[in-house]
Amino acid sequence: MDRNRQIVRNPRRIGGILLVGIPLAFLAYFFAYPLGAILIKSLVVDNRLDLTPFADVFSRGTLRGAIWFTVWQATASMLLTVLVALPTAYVFAHYRFRGKNLMKAAITVPFVLPTVVVATAFLALLGPTGVVDLSGTVWLILIAHVFFNFAVVVRTVGGFWGNLDPRLEEAARMLGAGRWRAFRTVTLPLLRPALAAAGSIVFLFTFTSFGVILILGGLRFSTIEVEIYRQTITYLRLPLAAALAVIQLIGVTSILVGYSAFQRRRAIELSLRPSHEVARVPRTLRDRLVVSGVLIFTTLFLGTPLALLVARSLRTSTGFGFAAYRSLATQTSALFVPPVEAIRNSLLIAFAATLLAVTVGMMAAVIVAYRTGLFSRTFDVLLMLPLGTSAVTIGFGFLVALGKPIDLRTSPILLPIAHALVAIPFVVRTAVPVMRSVRQELRDAAAMLGATPARVWRRIDLPMISRAGLIGAGFAFAISLGEFGATSFLARPATPTLPVAIFRLLGRPGTFAQALALATILMVLTALSMFVIERFRFGDVGEF
Amino acid sequence: MQTASRARRFGGFVVVLALVLAACSQGGTESTTTQTPEQITLLTHDSFAVSDGVLEDFTNQTGIEVQVLTSDDAGTMLNQAILTKDNPIADVVYGIDNTFLSRAESEGIFDPYTSPELTTVPESLRAGNLVTPIDYGDVCLNFDKAAFENDAAVPTTLRDLADPAYENMLVVEDPATSSPGLAFLLATIAKFGETGDYTWQDYWHDLVANGVKVDAGWTEAYYSDFSAASDGTRPLVVSYASSPPAEVYYSEVPLDEPPTGVITDGCFRQVEYAGILAGTTHTEAAGKLIDFMLSSKFQEDMPLNMFVFPARSDAVLPSVFSEFAIVPDHPETMDPALIEQHREEWIQQWTEIVRS
Repeated sequence: MDRNRQIVRNPRRIGGILLVGIPLAFLAYFFAYPLGAILIKSLVVDNRLDLTPFADVFSRGTLRGAIWFTVWQATASMLLTVLVALPTAYVFAHYRFRGKNLMKAAITVPFVLPTVVVATAFLALLGPTGVVDLSGTVWLILIAHVFFNFAVVVRTVGGFWGNLDPRLEEAARMLGAGRWRAFRTVTLPLLRPALAAAGSIVFLFTFTSFGVILILGGLRFSTIEVEIYRQTITYLRLPLAAALAVIQLIGVTSILVGYSAFQRRRAIELSLRPSHEVARVPRTLRDRLVVSGVLIFTTLFLGTPLALLVARSLRTSTGFGFAAYRSLATQTSALFVPPVEAIRNSLLIAFAATLLAVTVGMMAAVIVAYRTGLFSRTFDVLLMLPLGTSAVTIGFGFLVALGKPIDLRTSPILLPIAHALVAIPFVVRTAVPVMRSVRQELRDAAAMLGATPARVWRRIDLPMISRAGLIGAGFAFAISLGEFGATSFLARPATPTLPVAIFRLLGRPGTFAQALALATILMVLTALSMFVIERFRFGDVGEF
Repeated sequence: MQTASRARRFGGFVVVLALVLAACSQGGTESTTTQTPEQITLLTHDSFAVSDGVLEDFTNQTGIEVQVLTSDDAGTMLNQAILTKDNPIADVVYGIDNTFLSRAESEGIFDPYTSPELTTVPESLRAGNLVTPIDYGDVCLNFDKAAFENDAAVPTTLRDLADPAYENMLVVEDPATSSPGLAFLLATIAKFGETGDYTWQDYWHDLVANGVKVDAGWTEAYYSDFSAASDGTRPLVVSYASSPPAEVYYSEVPLDEPPTGVITDGCFRQVEYAGILAGTTHTEAAGKLIDFMLSSKFQEDMPLNMFVFPARSDAVLPSVFSEFAIVPDHPETMDPALIEQHREEWIQQWTEIVRS
C-alpha cells in the first residue's frame, strides 16, 4: 500500500490533517459560512424561520417558469457544448500540427471575455442586421453558451483523451471492430469520467447563467439567477431572493450527488501515456480532411465574433486605425486609472487566485480521488457548489459574514478568494479523473523495485497529476482574468480590473471603440497567459 | 522524512496565509492610531471618477485621507449599505439616486447632516436633512441627427413617438434591470398619469404597436441598436441629456457639433445624493467630505468625469457642456416615496404590456 493512500486514510498524521483541513476550512469560511449567514439573515424573522417566501416563489408564474427554464437551458447547453466541442477535443488530443499550441491558447479566449462585450458581437452577427436573425429565440442563448464553454470541454476532455493509450482502441480495431464501434465500446467508456467532469461544469456554469440570459434573452427568458438579481437589486426583496437561492442550491446539489455517484462507479484504472506519444502528424487524406475540417469550424465558430470585436476596436470615423488604443493611453479620466494599471491589477489578482485555487484544489482533489466513503463524496459535492451558487448571494454573503473577527469585507484579498472559489471546481475536476486513473500496478512495481513511497509518488503519480494541475491552473488564471459576476457584488477598493474597466467604458457614450480596444488587450493577455502556462514544466518531468 | 518535510511545507503555507490575512486586515483598521492621518471610506458606484489631485486637495486641506470603495451600481450599493448597517463598511455613501432614496431613508442607514454648502444648491434638488444632493442628470430621448432630414422631422414630444411616422425607430431599456429604463418609464407615468382618457399604459400599448424595441441595458440599446453609435437601425434611444457632449468629448477626431441631439420633452431628472452612514465613528470627517463634494473644486471636476451636472448652481461648466449640453426646462419628477411604493407594480404592468 503506498504512502499516498496512507496519508489521506490516516488523518492522525499531520499531513493528512492539513490535507483535509485546509480545503475544508477554506470552503467553510469563504463559502458555507457567508452563504449560511445571508440566507439566515434573509429568512429568519424574529428568531423564527419564515418559509412563506417559498410559497411566494411557487405561487408566481414567472418564477416557476424561470425555474423550469433554468433546468431546461442548462441541460440543452451542456449537451450541445459537449457535442460541438468533442471533435475539436479529439483533434487536439490526437494530432500534431503547426500552430497547435497557439490555437490551444486561443480557444480559451471566449471563456474569459465579459458577457457585455461578447453580446455586442452576437447581436451584430445574429441580430436583426446580422447574417441570420436569431434575436428573441432560445438559440441565441444556447449558441452563446456553447461559445463561452467550448474551451471547458476541449481542455478537460482533450487533456484526458490525449493521455489515453491509443493501443487500446487499436487493439479493438485489430480485432475487427469498426471505427465507430471501437470508439463506442472502448474509448467512450474510458472517456466518460472526463466527459462527465466537463459536462457537470458546463451544466453548473449555465445553470447560474446571468449576463447571457439578460442581454440576449430579452424579456422572454429568465433564469433563477436573473430572478435572484431582480428581486435583490431592483426590488430589494431579500427573503424572496433567498428562497430562490435555496431552490437553486437544492437543484445544484441533487445534480451533483447524482454525478458523484455516477463517477464513483466509473473509475477505471488506466495506463496513461505522454501526450506526445498519442498525438501523431496527420498523414492520410482522411486524417488531413478531419483535422482541417475541424480546425476550420473551430476557427470560424470562435473566431468570427472575436474578429468582429477586434475590427470594431480599429474602426474610426475615417476608416481604420489605432486611434482607440492611442486614446486609451492618453485619456484616462473615464477609467479612474490608466489601462496599464488595470492590466497590472488583473494579472496580480489572477496570479493570487491561481495560487490559491491550485493549492486548495489539488489538496482537495487528493481527498476526493483517493478516499472513498461518505466523507469524500460529500466533500466532492461541496467543492463544486460554488460554481452553481448565485453570485449575488455569495457576494452579499461576504458582506454579512466576514466583518468579524478580521474585517475582510473590503479587503483586496477578497477578490482572489472569490475568484478561487469559482476556479477550485475546475482544478479538482481536471485533476480527479487523472488521479483516479493511475494504475496501482505501476506503483506496486516501482515499490517492488525498491522505490520509497515518496519516490513512487514523485515518479509515478506526480508527472500525470502535474499535467492536470497545469490545465487547472490555466483555467484558474483565465477565470480570474475574466470574472465579473461575484466581483460586481463586492465593494471593491478603487482598483479596477480589466473587465471592470471595459464595463465602465461600455457604460458611457463615445467610448465604444476604447472599450473594445481594452477587450482586445484582454484577449491577447489571455491567449499569452494560456500559452505561457501550457509551456510550463515541472523540472525534469516530461509533458503529460 | 519526506512526509515530515511535506508537513513542514504545508505548515509554512498556513503561516504565510495567516500573515497575508493579518497584513490585509491591518490595512483596514490602522486608522485609529494617533500617528497616521485620519482615514475615511467613501462607498460609491462604478461610474465614480475624479481627476488626479482632487481628493489629494481634500487631504491637504483637512489632513483626512479618503479610501474609495466602488460597487456595481446604485441598487447594489444600497443593498450593501443596508446589509452592513450594524457594522458599516464605509463612512460616507455617494450615488444613491431619487429612485432609491425612499428605501434608503426608511432602512435608517443615514445619520442626518446639513452641509453649510447646501445653500449653493437649488431648492428643487434638496431632499430633507438625511442626504445631500451632489449632482443631477436628465434621462432624455436622444436622436441620430443623420437619420432625420431636417429639424422639423425630429419628434418633439413623447406623444409623437406613437405616430406611425416613427415606426420601428425607438429603442428603450428594461426598467427591471436598467436605471435609465426605469427613469424613462417613470417619465411616461408622470407625463400621462395613471387615470384619465389616456394613461401611461395606453401610451405604452401604442409604443408597442409602433414597434418599440426593448433592450436589457443602456449598453445594448446605445451600442447595438442606436444608429448614431452602432450599425443598428434605430435613430431614437433613451439616454442622457449629457450624451451629446460626451460624444464630442470622446471623439477621436475634433467635432464641430455632436452627431446626436436631445428631445427635451419627457425627460426624467435623476438626482444623486451623498449621506453619512449611521454608525460611523468619523462623523465630523464624513461631514467634511460631504462639504468638499459640494465645493467648487469637486463640483467643477465632475462633469467631464461622470457626465453629470453639478448640484451647485454657481459651478462653472466645462466648455463642451456649456456649448452642447441641454438642460430641459421642465423635466418630469416624482416623489421618491411614490416611486418606492409603486416600483414593482409599475414594472410588472409594463412588462405585461411589452411582452404581449
